[in-house]
Amino acid sequence: MTDTAPVSSAPLLEVENLRVHYPLRGGLLRRVVDHVRAVDDVSFPGARGRTTGLVGESGSGKTTIGRALIKLAPITGGSIRFNGTELTTLSNREFLPFRKRVQMIFQDPFNSLNPRMTVEAIIREPLDIHFPKQGVAEKRERVAGLLRRVGLEPDHMHRYPHQFSGGQRQRIGIARALAVEPEFIICDEAVSALDVSVQAQVVNLLQDLQAELGLTYLFIAHDLAVVEHISDHVLVMHRGKLVESASAEEIYREPKADYTRKLLDAVPRL
Amino acid sequence: MPLLSVEDLRISFHQRDQTVEAVKGVSFALEAGRTLAIVGESGSGKSVTALSLTRLLPEPPNCRVTGAIRYQGRDVLGLDRRSLQALRGKEIAYVFQEPSSSLNPVFTVGAQIAEAVRLHLPEIKDVEAHVIRALEQVGIADAARRHTSYPHELSGGMQQRVMIAMALACRPKILVADEPTTALDVTIQKQIIDLLRDLKTSTGMSVILITHNFGIVRGFADDVAVMYRGLIVESGPTEEILSRPKHPYTQALIACIPRLGARQRRLATIDHAAIARALETKI
Ligand SMILES: Nc1ncnc2c1ncn2[C@@H]1O[C@H](COP(=O)(O)OP(=O)(O)O)[C@@H](O)[C@H]1O
Ligand SMILES: Nc1ncnc2c1ncn2[C@@H]1O[C@H](COP(=O)(O)OP(=O)(O)O)[C@@H](O)[C@H]1O
Ligand SMILES: [Mg+2]
Ligand SMILES: [Mg+2]
Repeated sequence: MTDTAPVSSAPLLEVENLRVHYPLRGGLLRRVVDHVRAVDDVSFPGARGRTTGLVGESGSGKTTIGRALIKLAPITGGSIRFNGTELTTLSNREFLPFRKRVQMIFQDPFNSLNPRMTVEAIIREPLDIHFPKQGVAEKRERVAGLLRRVGLEPDHMHRYPHQFSGGQRQRIGIARALAVEPEFIICDEAVSALDVSVQAQVVNLLQDLQAELGLTYLFIAHDLAVVEHISDHVLVMHRGKLVESASAEEIYREPKADYTRKLLDAVPRL
Repeated sequence: MPLLSVEDLRISFHQRDQTVEAVKGVSFALEAGRTLAIVGESGSGKSVTALSLTRLLPEPPNCRVTGAIRYQGRDVLGLDRRSLQALRGKEIAYVFQEPSSSLNPVFTVGAQIAEAVRLHLPEIKDVEAHVIRALEQVGIADAARRHTSYPHELSGGMQQRVMIAMALACRPKILVADEPTTALDVTIQKQIIDLLRDLKTSTGMSVILITHNFGIVRGFADDVAVMYRGLIVESGPTEEILSRPKHPYTQALIACIPRLGARQRRLATIDHAAIARALETKI
């Protein structure tokens, strides 16, 4: 790490009073008539090497927070510090090195992989962007290693996404995120579309990778049971606002917000 | 005599030189007023089993269905086209996972329900009133106004309520709900399951609930059939299956669900090789 890292006990990520308001246009002149407060005054730390869970129903602003962290959502106000550096004021060019350090894994392995690219090309794409000087043979070796690391075969690099199951496609998405050796990974509903048995494998894989590589996760999902399982700290979102922020144990044992209790009640009991 | 019985059902798909045996000899029965859950992972053959009940699968030679399906004693696989039309919707109705893809975006939801009612219940004179009642029955507030809404004006949970209203408007004896809540938020999922439970009680219909999620089965289904790779590996009363699963696949499928408050270090996974061995020794 090149920047002057603060003491390692400081959170890797510090989000303060984050606001993302989308303009709502109406009328003949398409004037701004109101705003969608997608994220409204949200603050939380992302502890280094830990998993912060983000739960809430659809439309509550979870994806918008994830996208704001990598400058893919328009930030209306507030501050995002990554390893002590303020990100919100950086130009796109100044942001590029951070773009490598923060990666995202998406919900739908079916839609997030380009169907016309081989697995090798998919995983190599971020390497081409962030390591332009690396040779072809070296990159291929890295792709093979990444595939092995996520539980696939190096041979799989020559295949296309449609030749894989949902769980395997999610592993490809994880390999692509890992390619540039990030410190922080945003998992946006990364296991929500998977069968429970496949979900369990992918969750275990994410935890193994975290233990081995010291990764920090923001784990977004609408299923509180899986969030509570994987997370150290849980954030509960409701209509753009953070209604609760507590350790995973506290969230389950002593939920404070009514909305958290409602979410807990909705989880089927076995 | 059960309302519906399925014996040694086999379904295979044939494309050029490729054959997929999707269902490999499945038997189950559904009594009037009962609820059966078919639980299994994707690809296990749940949906094709459901579709075969009213022969909604492709025709031979692309798809072959053998065995016996009996509805009120009648042989479904031997029915002619007209009797099949009467069976679909009127006797056995479906609700699918994605309401947005089952609803036609260019018609109001009321018009779509009305069409189904005119087709299956021609004796009903005031169709609009019937449609509004159907929407009220599924908990849509202000149904008198909402029936003129277009699908895109409704949330996913509301759309699924409309699909249930459409299925129930023709008073079917069996409702087949194929992953009805998989695309919905957990809080909405609970509302829809509660709604289906109430409707089952108030109408006395039978329900086949298809799901990959054991969690929604308890408190809803009387019986469970667990499907794995085209076979029912275990079936029985819900409480028994959930508290004392016998087959290693059922045990594994229940074990891998994350549990609130369990603070497990790792989630259990399914050892498919062990299950294949268990299936072999049984045969
Ligand atoms: N590009 C956008 N323009 C306008 N509104 C948006 C945009 N993206 C998201 N929103 C709105 O912001 C809110 C939060 O959305 P999102 O972050 O996707 O929620 P979640 O991920 O929790 O389902 C929603 O009301 C959504 O409609
Ligand atoms: N129309 C079809 N043509 C060919 N194969 C099919 C068709 N429909 C389903 N299958 C295959 O049948 C198997 C069972 O599918 P399905 O019943 O949809 O599974 P489930 O509903 O349990 O996820 C799968 O292997 C699937 O690929
Ligand atoms: Mg989202
Ligand atoms: Mg299915």
